[in-house]
Amino acid sequence: MNEENRVYFVDSDTLPPEALARKHALEQDPSARTDHMQYLSGMEVIDSDIKDKVLAAMKAYDYEAYTASDVQRALSHETCSTEDFKALLSPAATPFLEQMARRAEEITKNHFGNTVYIFTPLYIANYCQNYCVYCGFNCYNNIRRKRLDHDEIEHEMQVIARTGMEEILILTGESRTYSDVTYIGEAVKIARKYFRNIGIEIYPVNVDEYRYLHECGVDYVTVFQETYNPDRYETLHLLGHKRIWPYRFDAQERAIMGGMRGAGFSALLGLDDFRRDALATGLHVYLINRKYPHAELSLSCPRLRPIVNNDRINPRDVGEKELCQVLCAYRMFLPFAGITVSSRETAEFRNGITRICATKVSAGVSTGIGDHEEKYEGSQEEDAGDEQFEISDGRSFDKMYHDMEKGGLQPVLNDYIYV
Amino acid sequence: MNDPLILGGKEFESRFILGSGKYNMNLIKAAVEQGGAQIITLALRRANTAESESILDHIPEGVTLLPNTSGARDADEAVRIAKLSRAMGCGDFVKVEIMRDTKYLFPDNQETIKATSILADAGFVVLPYMHPDLNVARDLQKAGAAAVMPLAAPIGSNKGLATKEMIQILIDEIDLPVIVDAGIGKPSQACEAMEMGAAAIMANTAIATAGDVPEMASAFNLAIRAGRKAYLTGMGRVLARGGSASDPLTGFLR
Repeated sequence: MNEENRVYFVDSDTLPPEALARKHALEQDPSARTDHMQYLSGMEVIDSDIKDKVLAAMKAYDYEAYTASDVQRALSHETCSTEDFKALLSPAATPFLEQMARRAEEITKNHFGNTVYIFTPLYIANYCQNYCVYCGFNCYNNIRRKRLDHDEIEHEMQVIARTGMEEILILTGESRTYSDVTYIGEAVKIARKYFRNIGIEIYPVNVDEYRYLHECGVDYVTVFQETYNPDRYETLHLLGHKRIWPYRFDAQERAIMGGMRGAGFSALLGLDDFRRDALATGLHVYLINRKYPHAELSLSCPRLRPIVNNDRINPRDVGEKELCQVLCAYRMFLPFAGITVSSRETAEFRNGITRICATKVSAGVSTGIGDHEEKYEGSQEEDAGDEQFEISDGRSFDKMYHDMEKGGLQPVLNDYIYV
Repeated sequence: MNDPLILGGKEFESRFILGSGKYNMNLIKAAVEQGGAQIITLALRRANTAESESILDHIPEGVTLLPNTSGARDADEAVRIAKLSRAMGCGDFVKVEIMRDTKYLFPDNQETIKATSILADAGFVVLPYMHPDLNVARDLQKAGAAAVMPLAAPIGSNKGLATKEMIQILIDEIDLPVIVDAGIGKPSQACEAMEMGAAAIMANTAIATAGDVPEMASAFNLAIRAGRKAYLTGMGRVLARGGSASDPLTGFLR
């Protein structure tokens, strides 16, 4: 039995018996699953040694070996070395959280001033061909599926733009069949009419496809690696393109090669050992920066959340204090990187963390499909698609804007020009 | 004291330039009212928002906008941004900022020379942000720059005059105003640069993140004026170390 992942497994009574049998086989029998390190046909392989470096460092990381004096030494250094970063992520740093926060605050102010960026995500489709056991969109989860057509996308964008929002992040479930690259490209072209800054969070694609999307108007690509530990990854992403760990790892690099201006990185904290995942995420950003110093890089820090049909999913050992420690360590190691804190976290946490090190927050968030008018303006939406996960901070754009100002920060809606 | 700063044929009484990288309306207001700033930089990528468009309409009277090309990664992008900003009504002044380094935000000197040449030919008043290098400064002058803007330290670092010796050489050797930009963390550092003969100081982070923005803007104003006055007056002799020997080495000479 696959006991460790049991909490994630939910059977829908609408699945035909053969599908259910296949689902159970994938969950319980490793031999029913494909090799997650083997590229599938059509997946571009690029020449990069960053994966190997990150994996080697993660493997060698023994965070129990670090002591209070290692942490104090790290805090006393003007620049944070890789060794310092490891110390700051270790359990020995727990008693130094306040000092880390003060240091992180200073660095953030030097690099970003008192500014905080506000954006909103827009999910345009929730069809998915992967079975990722913790995700509400997974192909075996019985949810209402929806793919917005061009008119519906335009309508959603008009509703969002009316609030004053200028930056949008377009998301899809990971399905090349239901949300092909051209469909996404067309959505981006519509977004250019209403927004000044467009990012995407979609399935990883090849360099030429990133180039096409860039030409449509995208400049920022976010891909979450979920967990950097390939062995653990294999037990959570049981089916589909997403199962291929190395193709996903190189996505940001392919995006930059395709002309994108920036890339976002993240592990989903709580899936595996969060300290190792945080180390790997930080090193991934660090190494991409060294190789592509012109690229604008950012980090997110999602924790696990309950999903439709499974309210037992939780962030496990990653409490708010642990999350804060990780974020302060990211800030000290990567002073130049943007840090986004999503609506998975509470309003109190987001208010506090933007004063320390976060530089970007989402507002007016729905992780469902086609329900912005309902959420923003109270009108009824008949056939909205279900949500990817439950959010904790449902603040509107206006409320977020004013709360950030009240906290002494200057909200920025856009800091970008498409050239 | 009639001692104007002249840029592109235009005279400015103030030698304090406000950077707007971390701006807000309060900062701009304070810098103008308390800091006496007459030039304010404005990143076009920042101006590219509905909010900032209204800022453009509310720039205080007597203030010259200095649009910058931040976000440009090469000369070609800088030229396009500069032309966009002129089309938006931001005037002929442009601060060329070209960065292909997101960690330190260091300017790319080679691309900056190229962009300066193209923009100066197109009638812009070009103020290039640069790494203090004498050969590059000479090339920028040849390319038609109206001033050079060497960095004192990495932008936002508040480290002060880390490149002091190099900046002094530019001041001594280049026949253009040398405006010290980036890294100035406190009024005393601004004052020191002015004492050295810098033509003006550009500051942003130090003021934007101060406890009291208007008071800090005022402190910078006073420091810049003090430094300028000291420079014009002619600095007194400062002994490098110890007192002068009472027995002169040349005492034996008849």
